[in-house]
Amino acid sequence: MSEWRGIWVFVEQDDGELERASLEILTRAGELGGKFNEEVYGVLLGHELSGIAEEASRYGADKLIIVDHPELRHFNSDAYTEVLSYLINKYRPRYMLLPATRNSRDIAGRLAVRFRTCLSAHVISVDIDEKDRRLVTAVPGFGGNIVATVVCTGGKPEMATVSPGTYEARAGSKRAVLISETVPEELIKKRRIELVGKERTQMIDLSRAERVVVAGLGTGGDLELINEFAKLINASVGVTRPLADMGLVPRDYQVGTTGVSLRAKLAFVFGASGAPHFVYGIRDCGTVVAVNTDREAPIFEHCDYCIVADLFEILRALIKELRGG
Amino acid sequence: MALGNIIVTMKVTPKPEEIRFDPVKKVVDRSKATNEINPADKNALEMALQIKERYGGRVVIVSMGPQFWDQFILMGIAMGADDAVLISDRALGGSDAFVTSKVLAAAIKKIGNYSLIITGEESSDGSTGQVPPGIAEWLGIPVVTYVSQFLEVGEDYIVVKRTIKGGSETVRVKLPAVLSVELGCNNPRFPDFERLNWAKTEFKLTVWGIKDLGLTEDEVGFKGSLTSVTELRELRPRERLRQFIEGSPEEIARELIRRLGLK
Repeated sequence: MSEWRGIWVFVEQDDGELERASLEILTRAGELGGKFNEEVYGVLLGHELSGIAEEASRYGADKLIIVDHPELRHFNSDAYTEVLSYLINKYRPRYMLLPATRNSRDIAGRLAVRFRTCLSAHVISVDIDEKDRRLVTAVPGFGGNIVATVVCTGGKPEMATVSPGTYEARAGSKRAVLISETVPEELIKKRRIELVGKERTQMIDLSRAERVVVAGLGTGGDLELINEFAKLINASVGVTRPLADMGLVPRDYQVGTTGVSLRAKLAFVFGASGAPHFVYGIRDCGTVVAVNTDREAPIFEHCDYCIVADLFEILRALIKELRGG
Repeated sequence: MALGNIIVTMKVTPKPEEIRFDPVKKVVDRSKATNEINPADKNALEMALQIKERYGGRVVIVSMGPQFWDQFILMGIAMGADDAVLISDRALGGSDAFVTSKVLAAAIKKIGNYSLIITGEESSDGSTGQVPPGIAEWLGIPVVTYVSQFLEVGEDYIVVKRTIKGGSETVRVKLPAVLSVELGCNNPRFPDFERLNWAKTEFKLTVWGIKDLGLTEDEVGFKGSLTSVTELRELRPRERLRQFIEGSPEEIARELIRRLGLK
């Protein structure tokens, strides 16, 4: 058997929509590949992929393996696992990185057991050990306050899912060589999960918004003024977990450990108490303004400008002032 | 046709906000944190109970952890689960997600006759989310993750709604299958007090060690794990200005707009 070589990045797409986090990881893999003399491969499964393939080929990979099949247009845990297993057995990559999205975490968990290999979850740093060439990652736990350094001690490919937003995606002048792969038809056909329907709206990527207004439980779910204010300052709107739990907005707009980590230059937080899992989501923001009626609320330890007041009164005053008084 | 066993995996986790870190010893101190049933696992149990109410079956809790978790498992019984198994063995300490999924899958096989395995999307402490797909792989059955709702159960399939980026998809999956349910997708019921009394006095919790599952010490715990934690550190929040701005709402608004350069 050949040696396990190379760094693989799973280039996630669903129904023709490319997951940007994959490009971030490709960029990082390109750096690691250069440093450790490992070839970098992107792996893309789907249907009618020319546009996505072109985009993905510019982010640091040496090669891009493409499997194009109508049945792979939509994410399918079963079929994707089978196809990736086939490719891993054929190419034997030493490392495999995937974005820590819902879909990729699903297949990563399956592949790790199938190949009896290590898997680090939603890491916030990925590196290779100089001496042993093992995958070394940083994994946040316990609401994000504690970070563990995790090394792979067994199995190949050494795997990790990388949190979206961890690395910057940078397109270069180098283009990956495209490799079209066909896989045995039965791998795709034997799937046991069938897509019945799909509903999606165009998403704003909160993790990349420059300005964000966050609504907490203190708003009682009334987002009218929040939305109006956000529009005036050209900001996106996020929520804390209780509001997402209420079903007011999809969880993609939830800020914190189980949701999105913000990187905004400016964030307003209205009516959030400041639970650790939420605070984790605003730690990388530039300036944070918080409004809460409780002067003792923990959120005031995690913001730059603290306002003890009724959030609706402040919102009304802000809106009025921005509209010219 | 009635469903077979509906297995719910359950973990007990310390409340994240009450966990302290000892920067000198570099260890996590959970001793002062309150323990609770992992929040998403309560959603898993609730979904299992609702499926049972409509389509039959028998809800069985499976948990892997220390003996004192029995009190939490009894809460699950009081909520309506029919039976429970606790896998408890000193050799299991230090098990990573790979080992955990292997042990749970072995227990599920031993229980047998399963139609569904329902888990929380992830645990609030480790939060890897890897155990549900891992279990599916050990058992050779499909998994649907981030399930928010079940729509229909047929003779050999279930139709569920699953959350995806920006929306949801509806999928039909062949049984038996693993479902991992989204945190907060339903409102878990309260324990029934009469049932709790019964659980405490008459119910017999099954406790298995690794030998009962045909596993050896080398396959579990630190030895069986494929990842290793080499260092722990605290992620310190960045220093913030923490300046209080006071005055009437209008004054505060003007001051904020000025300082932030919003106008």
